[in-house]
Amino acid sequence: MAWLSAPWTALFYLVAAVCFIIALKGLSAPNTARRGNLIGAAGAVLAVLVTFFSFDLDHLGWIVGAIVVGSALGVPTARRVAMTQMPQLVALFNGVGGAAAALVAGLELTGTVPLLERGKVVGTIPKLAAHSGSGGWFAYGSVPHGIPATADTYIAAGAGAFTVLVGAISFSGSMVTFAKLQELMTTRPVTFPGGQYLFGGGLLAGVALGVAVVVDARDSIVSPWLLAALALVALVVGVLFVLPVGGADVPIVISLLNAFTGLTVAASGYVLDNTLLLVAGTLVGASGTILTRLMAAAMGRSLTSTLFGAFRQSSSAGAVGSGEDRPVRSGSAQDVAIMLGYARKVIIVPGYGLAVAQAQHTIRELAELLEARGIEVLYGIHPVAGRMPGHMNVLLAEANVPYEVLREMDQVNPEFASTDVALVVGANDVVNPAAKSTPGAPIYGMPILEVGDAQQVVFLKRSMRPGFAGIENELLYDPKTMLLFGDAKDSLTKVVAGIKAL
Amino acid sequence: MEGITLLTLFVLAVFVGFEVVSKVSTTLHTPLMSGANAIHGVILVGAIIATGQASSTAALVLGVVATVLATVNMVGGFVVTDRMLEMFKGRGARGGANGRKAS
Repeated sequence: MAWLSAPWTALFYLVAAVCFIIALKGLSAPNTARRGNLIGAAGAVLAVLVTFFSFDLDHLGWIVGAIVVGSALGVPTARRVAMTQMPQLVALFNGVGGAAAALVAGLELTGTVPLLERGKVVGTIPKLAAHSGSGGWFAYGSVPHGIPATADTYIAAGAGAFTVLVGAISFSGSMVTFAKLQELMTTRPVTFPGGQYLFGGGLLAGVALGVAVVVDARDSIVSPWLLAALALVALVVGVLFVLPVGGADVPIVISLLNAFTGLTVAASGYVLDNTLLLVAGTLVGASGTILTRLMAAAMGRSLTSTLFGAFRQSSSAGAVGSGEDRPVRSGSAQDVAIMLGYARKVIIVPGYGLAVAQAQHTIRELAELLEARGIEVLYGIHPVAGRMPGHMNVLLAEANVPYEVLREMDQVNPEFASTDVALVVGANDVVNPAAKSTPGAPIYGMPILEVGDAQQVVFLKRSMRPGFAGIENELLYDPKTMLLFGDAKDSLTKVVAGIKAL
Repeated sequence: MEGITLLTLFVLAVFVGFEVVSKVSTTLHTPLMSGANAIHGVILVGAIIATGQASSTAALVLGVVATVLATVNMVGGFVVTDRMLEMFKGRGARGGANGRKAS
């Protein structure tokens, strides 16, 4: 039932949009972030409630049921997921959002009420086809054709085609990034001969079908088969888009796809004539674009080289280390304990391996122990430590490490020269000098933490296996490097015991 | 609403979107991405409208699917962002329990 008149609906939508702006603003600073997120959630709840009271909706039981099911799926997943799996989860949530936007736009374009007449606030919807009951597929064909299209109809059809195209790309692309991060498939770039032509051709086909959709809108209704073809092509394009992106670049793609989904939501707002969807989607699209650029900059990569780098350099790069057996200096936990215990300044460089071993609490214990001995302890956090920008900060926050002792890369790099021991725990790519010295390596150009400047370097590693980007690390063979093999948590526990015994 | 009004809204929203996140530190990149992700879950509003106006079984089925997916995006997104941010506390906020000494 429609309780609210159009101006009230618009007013409440405006309040919700303001909530979203405050939310994004709040999320930009640590002390306001949580409140910001809660304000955003309140805005979303308000928007949904207002929607129920503003439109003449059938199938209310189905809608409420679907929301209950969606919550029952989403909330436990969000509550239970390990913090290490956060990038996958963001990819997954983003993908389903893109799919939802594509479906909504598809339904709007093929509905029984002509474009631009649907989605209007109550009382203004002339139901032309009025439930003809033919039971046809999408009831297409049961609609009186020949309603003349206006310029706005074509624009709305174009926005709808954009939503279906980009929403489907976002969905399938996100699913591939999910599979990569979950290690259901290889994390390396996947390329095959002619891949870039297939991608380019697919994209062209998608755009051509989009144009066909706009042309088909001349009688204000679009063929569902045309839209289905568009969605299918877009799904393939999404897969081809993400396959050649490898290793450490995957998070940037998630951020980009996030911005894509935002734009599709904005475009669907155009189709539905809904200002809230337009504003909220645009906000996410714009902020997501900026965030993607910030992330790419933090990795010293241009966005194009992230996305299309693998196309150009094919698969030859990455074969830097040739698997020969070279001597490394490995030590015992006792050696490491002595080295750390008598240092004056220690910088801890945590990586994804630390989180996999669930050793965040042990590393905090170690840091506190060292501080109690009067040793200066800092954490050097690479922007992409972990599996996505800022991920390591979340993981350490989970272990109650205060964010004040975490140093960002630019702040910590000058400190290494005056540091006795750099303790690298489960990190590899972010300290790999190949990023500076080996043109052609997948990480070439990424700024790194200069642990090599420290007096001594200790690597806690599981094995000599290379990192996520799949390249050998020369620093491991450096004479001032000591390696302590084993599970990070076991090793750290032994080191802590060793220091206590000093 | 007229196309030009929507275009105006779009352009202004682009600038607001650029402005609000231009100075965010890398510390918060992950929660920000997750939070922005939750906000585009507001497509749920569109899914509700599309489902509520479905006039064929196929449209209803697709609408219900869209509603489920959008809800997962929105509700899951806000919950997981909150879970992350709950853990971000400064030294002052954590009380004496962890007993970190000022050096």
